[in-house]
Amino acid sequence: MANMADVANLAETHSTARHRRFPRINWLALAMIMPSVIALLLVGLYPLLFAVSLSFQRFLLNRPQNNGMFVGFENYATVLRDELFWSSLGRTLTMLLIVLIVQIALGIAIAVLIDSSRWRAVNWTVKTALVIPIAMTPAVVGLLGVLIFNRDFGLMNYLLGLIGIEKISWLGDPTMAMVAIIITDIWQWTPFAALIMLSSLALVPHDMIEAARLDTKNAWTVFRYVKLPYLMPGITAFMIIRTADVLKLFDMPFTLTRGGPGVSTELISLYIQRMGFRIFDMGVASAQAVLLLILCIVLARAYIRFFYRTPESE
Amino acid sequence: MAYAENLLSRQATKAAVHRRRIPIGAWLQLALLILLLVFILGPFYWMVSTSLKEQNDTFAIPPKFIFTPTLEHYNFVLFSPSAIVPTGLQNSLIVATLTTLLALVLGTPAAYVLARFEFRGKRDLWFWFISNRFVSPIVVALPFFLIARDLSMLNKPQALILIYLTFNVPLVVWLCLDQFRAIPRDLDEQAKVDGCNLFQAFWRINLPLAIPGVVVSAILAFIFSWNELLFALILNRSTGQTAPVQAANFMTGFGVKWGEMMATGTLIVLPVVIFAAIVSRHLARGLTMGAIK
Repeated sequence: MANMADVANLAETHSTARHRRFPRINWLALAMIMPSVIALLLVGLYPLLFAVSLSFQRFLLNRPQNNGMFVGFENYATVLRDELFWSSLGRTLTMLLIVLIVQIALGIAIAVLIDSSRWRAVNWTVKTALVIPIAMTPAVVGLLGVLIFNRDFGLMNYLLGLIGIEKISWLGDPTMAMVAIIITDIWQWTPFAALIMLSSLALVPHDMIEAARLDTKNAWTVFRYVKLPYLMPGITAFMIIRTADVLKLFDMPFTLTRGGPGVSTELISLYIQRMGFRIFDMGVASAQAVLLLILCIVLARAYIRFFYRTPESE
Repeated sequence: MAYAENLLSRQATKAAVHRRRIPIGAWLQLALLILLLVFILGPFYWMVSTSLKEQNDTFAIPPKFIFTPTLEHYNFVLFSPSAIVPTGLQNSLIVATLTTLLALVLGTPAAYVLARFEFRGKRDLWFWFISNRFVSPIVVALPFFLIARDLSMLNKPQALILIYLTFNVPLVVWLCLDQFRAIPRDLDEQAKVDGCNLFQAFWRINLPLAIPGVVVSAILAFIFSWNELLFALILNRSTGQTAPVQAANFMTGFGVKWGEMMATGTLIVLPVVIFAAIVSRHLARGLTMGAIK
């Protein structure tokens, strides 16, 4: 975020700009901003409104005779009575809770480790390597998971075998398949937490740490009262982004388990996709999607209300 | 006196020795860092090594860490008569490049205006732009499928190029906004004195100065578009398949060819991993829409 002096400075120039250079409506400025607004209206907002209207219609891709018939809240009633919808939503939220806790804890641990280590070259290598899981195409990560979690010749069971653990049928067992998805997500996104925490740690003033060290030898106390406050904005941002990402998580589980075995790893996005493009009921799928959207908006609004700041609002 | 001097110098040597010797904690840190590196890179290494192994070596127990590499899988997925991967990579390249360019054309002027002007509703506009980051693609994908079908845009790159704007335009706007803010306004005033209008001030003065931010946002937009699966899967099922869709299709059918699968995976992942390493310092910022420096 820009610091306070910058913001104040900007506000001042803003007002002079408004009064002297650009009286009332600046048509050129409007013309420069409108293309992006129109583009987002067309590809973002219009399909959204379309989805809302679909959710009130009968719309079957495979039997299009009566498509477009207004059915009121029937699709919503179907969704709310649908056990699979609730179980997939519950599964998604459980996963969200687990990965948030693990990734934030591990991310902080990794960041503190790198931040306090004296091995410059190794630090640099680790920091660069952290980027690789994040950038990897999620669909390919899922495929790689199929190989690593293979029961008979997968790397995971081999490594577990070294410490005496029997072969686990990762992708054949409902619970373990979910665990495999969670492990994969933790592998891919903990580095993101670590990068955020690292950049937050860089903001802690050195003399503050030195001063605290004079008072106490306890490293935990220094971390808790000096460093952690600087990490909070990063932790918040991480929670916001990951909440949105897990609610829309599709690519990696799609290639890793396809929701199986059975529906045991079917996350909410996978279920909506199946409803729309395998069961071909676009009406019900849209109703599900709209409910998911409402959940997203509620969470995003809450997060932004409590944590996000526009650069101007400070 | 001599004794004190002696003592002092002995202390000094002791301190010097102490300084030179690396404490045990640091060795522990080194061990942890290396372990961490192994965990991060292990799966990536496993993908690349499997793509270079004979099929028999893939199934070996214990797994083979040392083996005779072969390029047969790459040869097969790239050059066999039935190879589809080159088209997939080409489709991905076309889609990701064009959507990135379009996002830059649309996004940079908007970012400049947002950086320089105060107006009513700016906060709402900001919220609306950033909220696109929170909308699940599946919500937009269902109706977009019907729209694209009616406009006969299914299985063509156009639909994907347009739909990827939903996340690329906000990304470009918010990363470039920061960059434009950092450019001194005096330059704008000077440009105005020299007779430039707003667009000319943007195009001739500010945009060239904002190139670092523009490049970073372009690379990130490219990575996200290249990696995307859900829209591509729904909109480009038959022709025009992007590389991730082909990767997803590997899992259908029996007798998985691990070597070819991992060779394809490596080909898909390699360009974005290289790009990501180039912009590694900015990746976290891009993922949080510029909220984290």
